[in-house]
Amino acid sequence: MSGGALFVAVFLACAVEAVEATTIVLAAGAARDWRSALWGLFGALLTLAVLIAALGPALSAVPLHALRLVVGGLLLVFGLQWLRKAILRASGHKALHDEEQIYAAEVAAASAAPHERRGAVTDWYAFTLSFKGVLLEGLEVVFIALTFGTNDHNLPLASAAAGAAVVVVGVAGIAVRAPLARVPENSMKFVVGVMLTAFGTFWGAEGAGARWPESDASLPVVVAAVAALAFGLVGVLRRQPMSTYRASAAASVVSR
Amino acid sequence: MISKLRQFGAFWYDFVIGDDWRVAVGVVLALAATYGLHQAAWPAWWVVPVAVVILLPYSLWRTTRSQRRS
Repeated sequence: MSGGALFVAVFLACAVEAVEATTIVLAAGAARDWRSALWGLFGALLTLAVLIAALGPALSAVPLHALRLVVGGLLLVFGLQWLRKAILRASGHKALHDEEQIYAAEVAAASAAPHERRGAVTDWYAFTLSFKGVLLEGLEVVFIALTFGTNDHNLPLASAAAGAAVVVVGVAGIAVRAPLARVPENSMKFVVGVMLTAFGTFWGAEGAGARWPESDASLPVVVAAVAALAFGLVGVLRRQPMSTYRASAAASVVSR
Repeated sequence: MISKLRQFGAFWYDFVIGDDWRVAVGVVLALAATYGLHQAAWPAWWVVPVAVVILLPYSLWRTTRSQRRS
């Protein structure tokens, strides 16, 4: 895979996760206490840094075939989950991911919770909301960056792409102090679902011993084939009769 | 303690497997078939793509069918 494709794939996937984490931190800070929300953010980032420091070198030591088999399989399962939800959203069978609605729901829940001080943290709810949100979304960022980076022998570039996505989204979030609703999140999730599924297919099969007809040149063909399949399925599902869920989908708040 | 372990397990199950375990089982079977064909010196690259072509529509069909029923 070229460095550019690796960078774009990891950047897009990590930007999607970073948008979701930013929404949660903004809600915790705006509705409760900025200091506690930022403590939660930095606590989660520190935990993720420890995970990367522990897992990165360990993954690099695993033989490439075994790594590609396990990571390719995981990536394929993970990618098919993303792609399935993206197709359901694109065809109207699942409500679109709406950061403004999610932000409003988080703010409402945060405003109703009681205040509690624990040690140096002045608002425990804001801290845990921010910590959990960043840690859970961050785990996906770490997973994607490590798997793409180690499989393609370019962990520094994958890490740079992940870091760039987090910084760009984080700075944008701080600048606007509002949910990043203008980011085309649903389209990005569709693209990421296609990428994860295609790379998982390619690496998983290679890890299991298969030889692709044109070696690495087959990867763009696999990406195009998965994209064509996904668009075709969106078209088929759009022609299906509207379900009760679909009728009320636009008003729903969903999580990924 | 046990409930925390359960929560931990549930988190990783949801993180990796998601809400359709059949997809995960299908991927494992496809990779095993690929390995088996490779060991038998047969071309094996096509197995995983075919699995994707079957698993993705099947999972979508199950989801939309359950939506129509509810």
